Amino acid sequence: MKTKKILLNVVLILLGLAYLFPVYIIVVNAFKNRAELYENILAFPKDASFKYFTKAMDKMDFSHAFMNSMIVTCISLVFIVVLTSMCAWMLARNDGKLSKFIFMMFVATMLIPFQTLMMPLLQVLGFFRDYCGIQLTDTLGGLIFCYIGFGTGMSVFLFHGFIKSVPVEVEEAAIIDGCSKLGVFFKIVFPMLKPVTMTVIILNVIWIWNDYLLPSLILYSKKNRTIPLSTANFFGQYTVQWNLAMAGLTLTIIPVVIFYLCAQKYIIKGIAAGAVK
Amino acid sequence: MNARKKKEAAWYALFVLPVVIVFTIIVIIPFVIGVGYSFFSWDGLPVHEKTFVGMDNFVRLFSDSRFMVSAGHTLVFTVIAVVLINLLGLAFAIIVTSRIKVRNILRTMLFMPYLIGGLILGYIWKFILGEGLKAIGEAMGNTGLFFNWLVDKKMALVALIIVAIWQMAGYIMIIYITGIQGIPDDVLEAASIDGANFFQQLIYIKLPLIMQSFTICLFLTLSNCFKIFDTNLSLTGGGPNNATEMFAMNIYNEIFKLNNYGYGQAKAILFLIVVASFTLMQVSITKKKEVQM
Repeated sequence: MKTKKILLNVVLILLGLAYLFPVYIIVVNAFKNRAELYENILAFPKDASFKYFTKAMDKMDFSHAFMNSMIVTCISLVFIVVLTSMCAWMLARNDGKLSKFIFMMFVATMLIPFQTLMMPLLQVLGFFRDYCGIQLTDTLGGLIFCYIGFGTGMSVFLFHGFIKSVPVEVEEAAIIDGCSKLGVFFKIVFPMLKPVTMTVIILNVIWIWNDYLLPSLILYSKKNRTIPLSTANFFGQYTVQWNLAMAGLTLTIIPVVIFYLCAQKYIIKGIAAGAVK
Repeated sequence: MNARKKKEAAWYALFVLPVVIVFTIIVIIPFVIGVGYSFFSWDGLPVHEKTFVGMDNFVRLFSDSRFMVSAGHTLVFTVIAVVLINLLGLAFAIIVTSRIKVRNILRTMLFMPYLIGGLILGYIWKFILGEGLKAIGEAMGNTGLFFNWLVDKKMALVALIIVAIWQMAGYIMIIYITGIQGIPDDVLEAASIDGANFFQQLIYIKLPLIMQSFTICLFLTLSNCFKIFDTNLSLTGGGPNNATEMFAMNIYNEIFKLNNYGYGQAKAILFLIVVASFTLMQVSITKKKEVQM
C-alpha cells in the first residue's frame, strides 16, 4: 500500500514535469550552438555558454523593453485600483438610477471583443492628436490611458461586488464624526478592500504584462517597445537563428516565473476569486 | 438642504466621473463610431472620402469565401479546444484535490503556462512543433508523424489546439478546484460511509455539485477560444495558405493589411454579435442545470 502511494506520487510529479517539457526545450536550446541544436534538440547542452543570452539581450534591447513594461503595468495598475475602487464604492453606496445605469454600462461592455473597438479607437486617439494636441499615440502615457479604460469594466465589477458585502455602519459613524468622503474612503473603506484589491491587481497584471495587440497598434517607435512588442520584433528578424531566438524567449519568461514563484498564493487565489464572481 | 444636495453631487462626480470619462473615450465612443463605420466603405486614409453603403458590408460578408472558411475554422477550433481544455482541466482539478502529497507542487506546475502570454507561448511551440519535430523526425528516420506540423494545413490547426489547451487547462483547473473544494465534507463522508467508491462519488456527487464551475469554465474557454489572436499570430501567422486564420485575425487583416476599414469593421461588429450570443446562450443553458445546495 505504501509503495503504491509513493509510486503514485512519483508518477504525478513526472506528469507535471512532462507538462512543462516545452519550457525545458526552450531553455536547453538557448545554450547550444547551431550544429549542436540540430544534432539533438532534446539533449542537455554540452557546455553552457551564456553568449546567446547576452546577444539576445542586446538585440531585443531587453532592459529597455523590461523597463517600459514595468512602467506601463505599474502606473496603469495604480490608476485602475484607485480610480475604479472609488467609483465602485460611490456606485454601490448611492443606489440611484444613474448609478445603476453606469454600472450596467460597465458590465455590459465587458462582452465586447477588443477587435470590435481597435480601429475606431485608433481614430479617436488620432483625433486627440490632430485636433487637441494630446499625444495618446506612440507614448507610454497614451497606452496607460487605454489600459485604464479597458480595465474599468472588470475592476469596477469586482470592487462593486465586494463592497456590497461590507457593512455600511462604520462609514456612517465616520461621516457623523466629521470625516469627509475622501477621508472615509481612503482611511476606512480602502483598507478593507484588500482581498479584492489583490484579485484586481493579479488579473490586471497578467493581462497588461502580456498584452500584445493594443501596444502594437499604438506604439511605433523602437524606444517605446514593451516586452511582447520587442519579442515579436526580434522573432521577425531571427527566425532562422533558433538558438538566439530561444535565448530571447527564455529571457522573457524569467520575469514571469519569478513573479509567479513569489506571489503564487495570491495569484491562484486571485484567479479563482476573479473567475467565480 | 439645497447646498447639501449640491455637495453630495460634487462628491459623487469626484468619485465617479474620472473613470466614466476615460471609459467613454476608450470604450463607448469607439464602440458607437465603430457601429457607424460598419455602414461605410473606407480605405482608412483620412483624406479619402467615406462612402455610405448601408447594409452592403454585411451582405458582402456572406459571400466572402475567405471569411466563411475562417469562421468555419474558428468554430472547429473552438469546439475541440473547449471540450479538451475542460476535460483536462477537470481531470487535473480532481487529481490536485485528492489527498496526494505532491498536490501543491503539481498545481504550481500545471498552472504555470497560463501566466506566459499567448504571444510568447505561440513562439515556444512554433519552435517545438516546427523545427523541433522536424529535427526529431530526421534523427529518428520517422518523418510520417515527426515533421514540421506548421506547414501542413490540418496539423497546423491541431498545433493551435494543442497550444490553446496547454495555455488554458491549468487556468480552468483553478476554477474547478474552487468548485470541488466548495463541496461540503459531510456530503462526501456520508457517501463513502454508504460505500460509494471514488468513481461513484465523482459522477453522482462531485460533478452535479460543481455545475456552477462548469458554467464559468465553459464561458471563459468559449470566449477565449473564439477571440484567440496572439497565439494565432505567433504560432502560425494564419498560415499555411490562411488555413489557420481565425476570426479575430481575419478582421485584423481585413482592416490593417487590406485597408478595408469599413468592411473590416462590419466583420468586427458581426464578431461581437457572434461571441456575445454564443456565450450568453451557453450561460443560460448551463445555468439551468445548476443544483442548489
